[in-house]
Amino acid sequence: MSAPIETDVAIIGAGPIGLFAVFELGLLDLKCHLVDILDRPGGQCTELYPEKPIYDIPGLPIVTGQELTNRLLEQVKPFDPQFHFTEMAMALEKLGDGRWKLTSDAGTQLIAPVVVIAAGAGSFVPKRPPLAGIEQYERAGDGSGVNYAVRKMETFRGKNILIAGGGDSALDWTINLAPLAKSLTLVHHRDGFRAAQHSVNKMRELEAAGKIKFHVASVKALHGESGKLAGVTLSGPDKQEWHHETDVFLPFFGLTIKLGPIAEFGINLHENLIPVDTARYESPTPGIFAIGDINTYPGKLKLILSGFHEAALMAQAAFHIARPNEKLRFQYTTSSSSLQKKLGVA
Amino acid sequence: MKIIAIDRQGQEHTLEGRDGWSVMEILRDGGLDIAAECGGACACATCHVYVDNGWIEKLPPRSDAETDMLDMALAVESNSRLSCQIVCSEALDGIKVTVAPE
Repeated sequence: MSAPIETDVAIIGAGPIGLFAVFELGLLDLKCHLVDILDRPGGQCTELYPEKPIYDIPGLPIVTGQELTNRLLEQVKPFDPQFHFTEMAMALEKLGDGRWKLTSDAGTQLIAPVVVIAAGAGSFVPKRPPLAGIEQYERAGDGSGVNYAVRKMETFRGKNILIAGGGDSALDWTINLAPLAKSLTLVHHRDGFRAAQHSVNKMRELEAAGKIKFHVASVKALHGESGKLAGVTLSGPDKQEWHHETDVFLPFFGLTIKLGPIAEFGINLHENLIPVDTARYESPTPGIFAIGDINTYPGKLKLILSGFHEAALMAQAAFHIARPNEKLRFQYTTSSSSLQKKLGVA
Repeated sequence: MKIIAIDRQGQEHTLEGRDGWSVMEILRDGGLDIAAECGGACACATCHVYVDNGWIEKLPPRSDAETDMLDMALAVESNSRLSCQIVCSEALDGIKVTVAPE
């Protein structure tokens, strides 16, 4: 576990609202660290709809999810936010001095007087096929049972591998694991793929050369004993079923959003949302703020622009917690030379 | 128009469709547990439903985008559709859908 990092504000979520919070807090000289389970900033904007246009951002008549993220990153650059990507915020505890300690699953510890939860609908996690008893095979470790990612390719050497899915992950790992597998079978519900065409072509070549097998089929059941996967039941287009032996099953159906450990933070949730007041956007637990889609209050609208407003008000309240002995000077970026200096434009 | 929807617990709901709304919006408005994470952009496959036989033929065929996106859905069957891509109309009065497992 690495040494604890002290900062002004620990932000959970590097989506558009977490990013804009960095800006509003930065104008007040508060430094931020952000934790996000994805491997890049943008949250839903870059994970779900990077290419889709958004039309309701004030002043930007049309902007894609990726462009909005890029512009926010440019806007917060002067404040040098520190990102902790591919980490899930796991635990939040109050320290004796009144500050908070946020710990991630990678062992990062952030110590700050203010925590801002800007986690959208929660954490992006792999979609889990609705198969009875799948949990027991998920604990088998890298290269055996059910795996949702390939962490170490070597753990798959000499194994009978079954991959399900039709996207880029399914096809890429079919191609990359084929040379070291004892056998590799790809199943998909149709003879067509959303993955990149060159990957599909490469997979077809491997199939033609007898290096892999491809079936139009779906996994209907898992079989094994005491957590050790032995095989699956496959079902084809005419509903005919057959047994297929395998050591490891890799389902690649993309990501979905689950609330995750935030539910265990000791905050009283209302239908998986964090209730806040509309002056400070603070949760019932002082020092913990919630902005964006994760919060709820009378009249709440889940819009990016609402989250931006919430970030601005939150920053004002957060300042008083992080700098109890200082006077907050409210200034406009258009006229304040000190703000312009912070932004690097004066 | 009416929509008959079976939730994940097997409970049947009769919902009032609205012309021009998507079936996903009606299900969500009716309080059914459907994630619809992307909000109807055909970008997440979390509004997956099975359309009852007899109705699937009456729907406009899947677009390429919907077919591609269904590759990211779990437990896809021949009658699988993304409910955000089905638009309510009088022609669909009585359509029956079952929310797919998550």
